[in-house]
Amino acid sequence: MINLDRNSIAGLIALFLTLLSSTGTAVADVVTPEVPMGRGAQCVEPIEIMRRDHFEFIKHQRDQTVYHGIRGTRHSLAGCIDCHASKGTDGEFLPINAEGQFCQTCHTYAAVKIDCFTCHATVPD
Amino acid sequence: MSCKPMKKDESAALAQHRRTFFTQAAAGVSLMALAPGVRLVELAMANSEDSPPSNDKRWGLLVDTAKCESGCDECVSACNSEHGLSGHGRPETDAQWIRKVDLKDEQTGHELSIPILCQHCEDPPCVDVCPTGASFRRADGIVLVDKHICIGCRYCMMACPFQARSFIHEDLTGQKTHSPRGKGTVESCTLCVHRVDEDQQPACVEACRAAGHDALVFGDLEDAAGPLASLSSKTATRELRPDLKLNTGVRYTSF
Repeated sequence: MINLDRNSIAGLIALFLTLLSSTGTAVADVVTPEVPMGRGAQCVEPIEIMRRDHFEFIKHQRDQTVYHGIRGTRHSLAGCIDCHASKGTDGEFLPINAEGQFCQTCHTYAAVKIDCFTCHATVPD
Repeated sequence: MSCKPMKKDESAALAQHRRTFFTQAAAGVSLMALAPGVRLVELAMANSEDSPPSNDKRWGLLVDTAKCESGCDECVSACNSEHGLSGHGRPETDAQWIRKVDLKDEQTGHELSIPILCQHCEDPPCVDVCPTGASFRRADGIVLVDKHICIGCRYCMMACPFQARSFIHEDLTGQKTHSPRGKGTVESCTLCVHRVDEDQQPACVEACRAAGHDALVFGDLEDAAGPLASLSSKTATRELRPDLKLNTGVRYTSF
């Protein structure tokens, strides 16, 4: 029986994930969605973290705002829309949950239904 | 209280902590000595942009019914445009956060026109009955709905003695960024919490002032020197339905 401490387990997991991701990139014909980024170039967190955890950030900020009135925009949904909404050919902003737009493109790809926009504004003010 | 002996590093940490505390306290005293009073006022007025509201404040509204003009609905239209409320021409179910009500004393013929809105009670019946905890009262007295957890049961609408709440029956589009609203949830006057958090006045109060009536005074009920508390201490004010002992944040005067 091999005794593994916490560090070596973490190391093994990291190695496994590296192998997994390198296998993933080796497959060239995986179709990933083309996401229009709006004017967002530099996100509030690293992109890998945002892809995986953006809803956690938004949810945390949501409670801060609703219950404590903290309206800083670092992790606010309004902040996402400000940066990532794209303009149409007429120069007007397109709803961020419209087909082919920032939020919707990825959520369609991942087959995840978003419920934010039954209530929240879909274009910047 | 336990008195177990401290380890050496714990005691060092505590000493460090004490040192920091005294340094900071000394800095605070010197600051107060430099500008007595001024600093304290600044702290009390601190913007809540990045700090939660505290119960040192209680936001409220005083309606001077003598100044409120019959037929004027500037406050109602200001509220509608501030929050993007638009109806479907069905007054019984359309969202209504503030309404003008005309009253007549049948005995004397005396007439009144007053705005009715969420009274921001200290003991709100809507909060009592909410099964999910969506109806809540913020530390500074503003009664709100957390629409993320509202299930649209409408118990609060039945519990509210002022019929201040509305239910959204249909899909909405074009909501304002600062005022999210959606089908299946209950809503009511937020005392323009998004503006209050930025040290501004509610939209109805500004509109009433702009129309030259100045019948609405917004302020902190706990701040004796503020406009609301100082006015309330000089004139007789009353709550709607005082028999319910709700201690409302919205009060009326001159009737």
